[in-house]
Order: sequence, then C-alpha cells, then structure tokens
Amino acid sequence: MSQLSITLLRMGFLVLLWALVLSAIAVLRADLYGTRVTARGRGRRSRQERDARAEKTAAPSRAATGIRAGSISTQNPAEAHLAVTAGPLKGTTIPLGQAPVLVGRASTCTLVIDDDYCSAKHCRVFLDAERWMVEDLGSTNGTYLGNHKVTDPVPFREGDVIRIGATALELTT
Amino acid sequence: MAIVADVHVRTGRRSELGLLAIAVAVAVLARGLVDYHAHILEPVEISVYAGAWIGVLALVHLALRRWAPFADPVLVPAVATLVGIGLAMIRRIDFAYAARGRDTNFGDVQTVWALIGVALMLLVILLLRDYRLLRRFTYTSGVLGLIALLLPLMPVIGTQINGARIWINVFGRSLQPGEFAKIAFVVFFAGYLVSNRDTLALAGPKVLGLRLPRVRDMGPLALVWVAAMLVQIYERDLGTSLLLFGIFVAMLYVATERISWVVIGMGAFAVGAVAAGTIFAHVGSRYTAWLHALDADVYRSGQSEQLVRGLFGMASGGLFGTGLGEGRPDLVPYAESDFIVASLGEELGLTGLMAILVLYVIIVQRAMRTAIGTRHGFGKLLATGLGFAIALQVFIVVGGVTRVIPLTGLTTPFLAYGGSSMLANFIIIGLLLRLSDQARRPEEVRA
Repeated sequence: MSQLSITLLRMGFLVLLWALVLSAIAVLRADLYGTRVTARGRGRRSRQERDARAEKTAAPSRAATGIRAGSISTQNPAEAHLAVTAGPLKGTTIPLGQAPVLVGRASTCTLVIDDDYCSAKHCRVFLDAERWMVEDLGSTNGTYLGNHKVTDPVPFREGDVIRIGATALELTT
Repeated sequence: MAIVADVHVRTGRRSELGLLAIAVAVAVLARGLVDYHAHILEPVEISVYAGAWIGVLALVHLALRRWAPFADPVLVPAVATLVGIGLAMIRRIDFAYAARGRDTNFGDVQTVWALIGVALMLLVILLLRDYRLLRRFTYTSGVLGLIALLLPLMPVIGTQINGARIWINVFGRSLQPGEFAKIAFVVFFAGYLVSNRDTLALAGPKVLGLRLPRVRDMGPLALVWVAAMLVQIYERDLGTSLLLFGIFVAMLYVATERISWVVIGMGAFAVGAVAAGTIFAHVGSRYTAWLHALDADVYRSGQSEQLVRGLFGMASGGLFGTGLGEGRPDLVPYAESDFIVASLGEELGLTGLMAILVLYVIIVQRAMRTAIGTRHGFGKLLATGLGFAIALQVFIVVGGVTRVIPLTGLTTPFLAYGGSSMLANFIIIGLLLRLSDQARRPEEVRA
C-alpha cells in the first residue's frame, strides 16, 4: 500500500472513532427513557401536539368530577378549574366539581404526574364549605402553596400556585 | 380516573445494533493497521478476526434482546470499542517488544480475558434477574470485600510485584483481588447507606456557612478512611485507597445530599495522604516523582523515568498521533498496562485519546441516568456507585499518566492489560445493564 493510503487509513480510523462517539451521543439524545423533558429550544410543534394529547385525556374527567360538558353550574366554586402551568403536563386543565381531586404518581389519581419528586398519593384538592382547600397526603418531597409547605388543609384561592416537584398547579375560575 | 401521559418507550436495541457495527469496524481497522505495520497482515486472518468480533457481539446483542430487552443501548458498543482498541494496542506493543528481542504474548492472553469477561457479563445478566436481590447480601459483600482487600497481605498467597502488595497467587496466575473488592464494596455501601442515610443526613453544627453532620455520625466515614490509609501504607497502593474512599464519599453525598461530607472526606484524605507521604518513604517518593518529575536528579534516579517517558511519548503524538503501529510506545516501561493511555496518546494523538475519554464519559453518564430512572433507593445508589467506580478509576489512571495527580498503579478499565481488571469491569457493565433494563422497563411489562 502506498504512503498516501496508509495516511488516509490512519486519519480514517480517527474519523471512524469519532463517528462512533457522536452517533452514541445522538442515540442518547433521542432516547428520553419515556419521561417527557420540556426543555426550551425543543420544537414548539411537538409541545403543542403533546398538550393536545393531554387535553384529550383530561377531558373525560369531567364526567367523573360531576360536571357534564356544556352544563353550567350556578355555584361559584364548581366553575373552578385546576390548570397545570408548568411541568410535563403543562397546559392540562381539570374541571373541579364536588368530588375531591387526588394528585400523585399512582395511576389511580385524578391527575397523574410522572415526576421523580412526586409521591404516589401526593396531595388532595377538595371542596370544604364552598371553599377550595389543599392538603398534603404525607408526600416525601412536600407540596408548596406559594412559598409555604402545606401540611394541614389550607385554603386554595384563585390565582394561588401549588408546586409539586417541577409541576405547578393553579386554580382558575 | 387517570390522566397518564402517553409514554413511548424505545428499547433502543436497533440503535445498539448500528453502534455495534461501527464498533466492529473500529476494532478490525485498528488490528489491520497494527498488522500491516508489523508486516504480517493477511486477509484470511483479519477476516477471521472480524468474524469472531461479529460473532461475539451478535451473541451479546441477542442475549440482551432475550434477557434484558430494555437495557441501555450505548453501554455495550462503548465497551466493545474500548476493548477493540485495547486489544489492538496491546498486540502492537507485543510486536514492538519482539522487535527488541523480548518475547511476550500479552495480546493473546488479553483476548482470552476479554472473552471470559464477556461470558461473565452475560452470566450476571442471566443469573441476576432482579438487582434488589443484592441488597440481601449487603453485609456479606462488605465482609467479602474486606477479605479480598486484605488477601494480598496474607503470607503465602500474597505477592509483592513492583513494590505494590496487591496481588495474590492462584494456580500460578497472579490476581488482583482489589478489583473485585471494588464491586463488593459498592454493593455494601449502597445497602448500608440506603438504610442509614436518614441518620447521616441529620444536621449538626454550622461552621463557616457549611452545615456539618453530627460528630457521632462520623463513624462510618472514619472507618473507611482508616481502611483506605492502611491500604495505602501496607499494600503501597495509593490508587486503590483513593478509589475506595472516593466511591464511598461520592455515594455518601448522593445518599444524604450534604456537600459537607464531600468537604470533610476530601480534607481527611488530603491530610492522610500528606501525612503518609511525610512518614513513609515509599509513599513520599511517589509524591517527589510527581512534583519534581522533570528535575534531572529525580529522573536520573529512576523515580520519574516512566512518567517522563510517557509524557514525551504523548507529546510526540501531537494532535493526530503517529498512527497505529508507527510510534515507539515500547520505550515507556509497562506500555501495555499502566501506561496504555500514554501509548494510545502517542499513536492516536489527542484526537483519539479524547474520543476514548468521551466513551468513558458516555458509560458513566449512562450509569447516572440509570440511577435517576431507577425507582428503588438501593438501585439508585448501586448505579451511582458503579458509575463512580469507573469514573474515578479512569480519572486516577489518566490523571497519574498526565501528571495531574501522583502516579498510581491502577489499570485503565477495558484498555489496559490485566485479567482481574477486565473481569471486574465486565461484571460492572453486566450489573449496569441489568439495572438499566429494570429502570427503563415500562410499568405494564414490569408487573
């Protein structure tokens, strides 16, 4: 073999090595382990699709929480919605009816949050004498209402923000 | 009523296949270049070599599809590439020694070790169906690790080679039990810390803005510190002592989230290392060789000769290296084991060495990602510990060869010549594959 082809092979080896390294990194980028990462700079389109999907799954919960689509309740608290304003389920809203809403990682919860900092049954939002209350259910990492850690049931007013790990929940009417 | 985000899990097995193909190409091209420069390149032989690589990796790939379908797709290709480069380099150094009249067959021996290593890795995946089983052996593995660590000090079987007393003689072969002790200790630390982390995380006095743990909880750290110091003094092995202590401190930090443990641990080790360097001559000479490597006196007395030759080897490699088979890595003593990083730096240059280091980063990153994905506290600590074991070992070796820290006798995982290290590291990869398989398995399959 000529000197030129040997030099080319020598450089080719380094190119091949880096090709392997870079494609390994590419595989890691595509591989998100099934947990959704909402990072800035990721395609806006995919985020919209995700939100649409979240909405779709959220919709049937109306029936369970006692409100039919289109029915308007005269009672003020019943018109309230629980909106997810940050985290993997951002954009999801849940209508709040008479039934309490359970938030956690277990699939039996009304709002299921897939977050390492979320406990199986994390917290509960419920109606007490026409006031919405939030109560922590002994979660590992705590529920925060504003900057205060929630332990006993505390009133959850319109515009208040609950934080659970990376997820933020807001009460809207 | 549940709102479950649509989760799509890729097993990644197809990506793994693609990466494995490139890994085979790297390994075969490396061997081809080495053989060509040794003037023994034969198409038939290189085809057999390529066939063997494809066969072994296909076996591993199919085994993973069958027994650990959700295992991490990048671990095996990264390890295969490192082993391929290592085998070619060791073979190349055999040729260089032969040209100078020294007959060695490190390359063939290492190939056998690598094959046994792969078999062990598959055995781990096959036999260990649930890593949580290991938690039952927390204290057993702690005792085993301690025995393995102390074996080289025993009179009959312990052997001293090149000043370090870290080998034992079994069936005429020398074995480094410290490499296996590393794994046993990671299992022990993980099991111990997952049960006791709450106590260790308790806040104590605050000093200079740093929240210290309570003094009475310092027992375990002190114990590991004493063990690390004893290893350094009696086995004359700074590397293993730094490795074990580093793994413990890293896992302690991950378990308790208290940065003060890292500060206390590093401080204690620095104090111990300096004290040992002042009191014991053999430890002190290591520090002299490191700090004054280029002094004429130190070089001439032979203390820093190996280190300096390695540095000059890497310098002559430059950015793109001399090319596989075209440098003179054999001028450095132990070019095939302790100084394989310098040999690779010379022949593949900075570009090649960086690629190799990034491969290690990828392996360690996968271990950390597995730790995040695992739901079980024990699994999290186990994956972190195994990841840190590889990361610290690479840091200690490469740091030693490049004169960032004092030179120690640890082996570069998967690259350097040495059976114990090869087997132990393949067991680590087997454990990581099992852990990542369980971490990534979706809920419905997991049941």
